[in-house]
Amino acid sequence: MQDYDKISKQARTGAVIRKTVTYTLLTLWGLIVLFPFYWMILTSFKSYGSYNSEYVPKMYTTSPTWQNYNDAFTQVTLGKYFANTLVFTIVTTALMLFVIVFAAFAFSRLEFRGKNIVFTLFLSLMMIPNELVIITNFVTITDLGLRNTFTGLILPSVTSVFYIYLLKENFEQIPNELYKAAKVDGTSDLKYLFKVMIPICQPTVVTIIILKVIECWNSYVWPRLITDDANYFLVSNGIQEIRENGFGRENIPAMMAAVVAISVPLIVLFLIFHKKIMAGVSRGGTKG
Amino acid sequence: MKSNNLKAWLYLLPAILFLGVFMVYPLIDVLIYSVEEGYNSASQTSYGTGLYNYSYVLHDPYFLQAIKNTFIIVIITVPLSTGLALLISLGLNSIKKLKELFQTIFFLPYVTNTLAVGLVFMIMFKKTPYTDGLINMILALFGKGPVDFIDGPYWAKMFVMCFYTVWVVLPFKILILTSALASVDEVYYKAAKIDGTPRLRIFTRITLPMISPMIFYLVITGFIGAFKAYSDEVAIFGTNLNAAGMNTIVGYVYDMLYGDSGGYPSYASAAALILFAIVFTITCINLLISRKQPV
Amino acid sequence: MKIRLEHLTKRFPNRNKKIASEVIAVNDFDFEIPDGKLIGLLGPSGCGKSTALNLICGLEVPTEGKIFFDDDDVTKLPPENRGVGMVFQSYALYPHLTVRKNIMFPLENLKGDKKLTREQMEEKVMEAAKTVQIEELLDRRPNEMSGGQQQRVAIARALVKMPRVLLLDEPLSNLDARLRIQTREEIKRIQNTTGITTIFVTHDQEEAMSISDMIVVMKEGVVNQIGKPQEVYDNPVNLFVAKFLGTPPINVYNGSVKGGELYIGEDKILGKDFVKDVKDQDVYVGIRPEGFVLDENLEGKKGALKAELKAIEVMGRDTSVVFKHASSENPSRAIVTADNNISSSSGEIRFDVNPKKVFVFAKDSEERLI
Repeated sequence: MQDYDKISKQARTGAVIRKTVTYTLLTLWGLIVLFPFYWMILTSFKSYGSYNSEYVPKMYTTSPTWQNYNDAFTQVTLGKYFANTLVFTIVTTALMLFVIVFAAFAFSRLEFRGKNIVFTLFLSLMMIPNELVIITNFVTITDLGLRNTFTGLILPSVTSVFYIYLLKENFEQIPNELYKAAKVDGTSDLKYLFKVMIPICQPTVVTIIILKVIECWNSYVWPRLITDDANYFLVSNGIQEIRENGFGRENIPAMMAAVVAISVPLIVLFLIFHKKIMAGVSRGGTKG
Repeated sequence: MKSNNLKAWLYLLPAILFLGVFMVYPLIDVLIYSVEEGYNSASQTSYGTGLYNYSYVLHDPYFLQAIKNTFIIVIITVPLSTGLALLISLGLNSIKKLKELFQTIFFLPYVTNTLAVGLVFMIMFKKTPYTDGLINMILALFGKGPVDFIDGPYWAKMFVMCFYTVWVVLPFKILILTSALASVDEVYYKAAKIDGTPRLRIFTRITLPMISPMIFYLVITGFIGAFKAYSDEVAIFGTNLNAAGMNTIVGYVYDMLYGDSGGYPSYASAAALILFAIVFTITCINLLISRKQPV
Repeated sequence: MKIRLEHLTKRFPNRNKKIASEVIAVNDFDFEIPDGKLIGLLGPSGCGKSTALNLICGLEVPTEGKIFFDDDDVTKLPPENRGVGMVFQSYALYPHLTVRKNIMFPLENLKGDKKLTREQMEEKVMEAAKTVQIEELLDRRPNEMSGGQQQRVAIARALVKMPRVLLLDEPLSNLDARLRIQTREEIKRIQNTTGITTIFVTHDQEEAMSISDMIVVMKEGVVNQIGKPQEVYDNPVNLFVAKFLGTPPINVYNGSVKGGELYIGEDKILGKDFVKDVKDQDVYVGIRPEGFVLDENLEGKKGALKAELKAIEVMGRDTSVVFKHASSENPSRAIVTADNNISSSSGEIRFDVNPKKVFVFAKDSEERLI
């Protein structure tokens, strides 16, 4: 009896301790994740003078100011970077969808000679790292005189073998009977593709869009290679430019205001659609 | 059949065109570049073919530094981030209240612009004449520091670099591992519990084997990703990574290609192929180990 | 070992958060399970029988009440200290371990003076494997075996540490019809040889009836009746138990007691000898399919109950007569001898009834009256 009481008590104490430790650790990591965001928002509201007078940085501010946001959008062309990134993201994603949807359709539904060979070749391209081909692409785009143009920025990233593969796998899960039924009804391939297949595979399409938008919004390397005219900078390059040359002196609060402005759109999107986005990323499986 | 053939190729045309121009041709071209000696990008001529480019790159102190940095980043961040992600996922999976909130918070870094947040990290760690910076303030509480993490000693810079890398790659790993853990059928844990299996043993004998495919996947992609480290470095230390002594292999490739030190596509190609060889070898080793894993 | 449940109750918060009410999965269980018997916990799905099992093994903690193993109060004891073995509905065999490793798993957890050497473990594994007759499968993996074999491995794993109680959750539901009959006999045999008190949960009354020493019939968290299978079948306490046991199921009619006699519609079924002191009222009348009696010529031309014949189904050993009576919404079914002389498959048919197979239930409470 005594013994049993002791065991049950120990078991309960153990559970409480475990729970406390778990929550403590999770909260700790949560703070580490959130702190940079807090810090950038906080700093962005400190005035230039008060920031530079704090030898020991303060964890709060008593006199918040919007001045930095004003500076960020007037003294450097942050608005321009935004517009560029938006155009770049939308056009790239749209073009890519066009390319991959047709390719995935051909691979999943049409029978043609050489299909297996072509598909294997496509798959083998998945192993090629971007770093290998970027050198020649840089030369190609330069030779074509497409530096500092949207065309040059966009063209190399409108195909993705991985997404073709993902979509093709999904397309193939749609029963062939549907296609045959549509054929019997005289539905054209295109109509079938857009009225039946894409709506059925909508979750995958959404996943691909999400992944591509995140990739576009954060892309840095290729834009950096291909643009040196600030009129074509994307936000990543813009931030780097602001860091190295912006705001005359080291105006850290203004830089932070720019950082906040750049981070907000994706974060807001994420907070609204966090379930969809997390499910999508977990399905898509890889970053970029 | 005939018309189907034509139609299929028509549908594939855009993909083939883009892949041909921007993947296949460059792949061949990069091999050619890498063996063309003394290539001049202005006149587009070279004096001959050979392995000089490789030898030049391998003897370039900047490249050796880049290799060293990259390897340190890989060796520290891949195991650390995978282990940490596993720990956090286990924690997440064992709770019910606030689970979704934590998951959402932990995922945040994935959707942020790494260049932008890198700048915040830089500011938190940087020591300037005006301020020691936030991190040094915290260190001072423990009677340490101040250390200049951005322009100071190598280990300090490497610490910031690895810390930021882990911060950036963790969300994805946590997400994958949490869903892997959640997909293990609850009934196995119940069965183990009835048999009085200690927690650690449940973890090593049941949980770990069941999610091991996902862990291997994360380790392999983690290695590949870490070997290609570059933009996180730029985010913290700026574009002139050689000056900071924090360049990576990919950074070296781009520096050779473009910018103040650029204009040498041959050296860049050789360096890129060396990187590819390293990544390929490591991936093969990883795959071999994962096959041999006793289940 | 006997198990005693004292006012055992388990409530869950409602899954739909907007409704504040709680779901009572197990409501005031208060009975004793005798030592060394095979007990069937029987009820329709969702009646709380799995929760009851989880309470006994310790995976769930009761909201109220106590559980005793012999005289030990184990209510708050974690499962590993209770000495229970459990077989899950999906078997829960570890897919990455061989059968041998699976069965050995519980043994490897033993600590202190209970710790076993490798050889002792091997021996015990072999012993358990022999009990369930899977010695030749020890080096396979679960996914290389049939459902029935997996089931045996799961039982072996539960038995290997010599539990005081063996619990089986829907042990036969994942097997096909033929294996089910074979396996249930197997369970009976294993229980007999080991003598371990065994409780199994099922929604299949045939399964429970055929092998249990005792059945516990549950409905919506409440125990309706406990007893030997035949007793419960012959003497159901209420309409639910009567309906739940027996295939084909009992036939239920709207009837009435008038002047001490039992009527279905206009047909007088039973006289005063049987009805005795039941007040006049509307009732439900349940008649088991085997309770219909043909006249001496086996033609179905004489008898108290008049109904419209719908079909004759020949089943070999006996014959199933399907008919419709105005007092029942559903067609009725009677099982009669195959030697009957019923000439046509339509028209009127008449039966007498065997009073032992007729049960009368109150309209409101559905409790048994006769």
